[in-house]
Amino acid sequence: MSAGYYEVNGKQVPHDEEGYITNLSDWSKELAEVIAKQENIDMTDEHWEVVNFLREYYDEYQIAPAIRVLVKAMKKKFGPEKGNNKYLYELFPYGPAKQACKIAGLPKPTGCV
Amino acid sequence: MALLHTVNKSPYERNTLESCLNHVQEGDTVLLIEDGVYAVIKGGRAADVLASVKGVKIAALSADLKARGITADKMIDGVEVVDYGGFVDLVTSNDKVQAWL
Amino acid sequence: MSDVKKFLYVNRKAPHGTIYALESLEVVLIGAAFEQDVALAFLDDGVFQLVKGWDTSELGAKNFQPAYTALGDYDVQKVYVERESLEERGLSEDDLIEMTYEDEDDDFAEKSSIRIVSREEMAKIMADADVILSF
Repeated sequence: MSAGYYEVNGKQVPHDEEGYITNLSDWSKELAEVIAKQENIDMTDEHWEVVNFLREYYDEYQIAPAIRVLVKAMKKKFGPEKGNNKYLYELFPYGPAKQACKIAGLPKPTGCV
Repeated sequence: MALLHTVNKSPYERNTLESCLNHVQEGDTVLLIEDGVYAVIKGGRAADVLASVKGVKIAALSADLKARGITADKMIDGVEVVDYGGFVDLVTSNDKVQAWL
Repeated sequence: MSDVKKFLYVNRKAPHGTIYALESLEVVLIGAAFEQDVALAFLDDGVFQLVKGWDTSELGAKNFQPAYTALGDYDVQKVYVERESLEERGLSEDDLIEMTYEDEDDDFAEKSSIRIVSREEMAKIMADADVILSF
């Protein structure tokens, strides 16, 4: 992928060479669906739960959490059946932190390997 | 010939403010910007030095104060808080600007 | 585990005037992935990084202060702040943000990570670290 634009409702939203949007304020639910489609993900309620959780986390701490931190925080809020690596990787096969953050319109998590 | 002196370094890391205050003359203005604004915190060593200067106007930039959590109640008296527009006014109302870096 | 090293991140710069504070924070966040024994030290102008109440809107820069409060999630449990550095600058512990972690050995009780130490104690903490990263 190279830097370019997502098309949402006839509007162009710029993204970087990895697909992360450039201006965090450009995010919308419609845009999330567009990014998810490109990542081959059908957004279910479970996907949205993670995406919304990430947006809340970012809102509070101004950082996108590393996967380990995401798992721990999910566990605390939703319990162990959702706060584990397997569950999150099933929802976002190419890496929950990376893929879900991209859909949530956040920057790439710091220290994401 | 009134001078505007700007100081952008923390007085606790460098002696920029001290050096500036050793060179000011009556009627001059010292404007604290960036990390220079840390000098105004009440109870700090630099604030005591600042308060002892006579005949010189002391000003500080509001954007830099706010960014660092320095609210009015934490500041010593006698410091005029200016915004970016006020910064420009100070530049135009003085004959020269000396930037202490 | 014998391969766990004691990392000490030493912060000596004010938050906005230079990029050091933000860079240090990012390295701490990245380094957390390696599960080492991490401690942060704040002395000299570094103590300004923890002074609460930043409002960077007028500055047009991102407010990265909330990220410090997330460090507990990243298993940072020891934040040493030098008392003398605070006092010289007219500051006290009350001026600092709250930083907490959950103690797994104590039923996940939330505890403060901040420990105010003397200059002498800070010297010992530095001497005691395996690796020191300075910012």
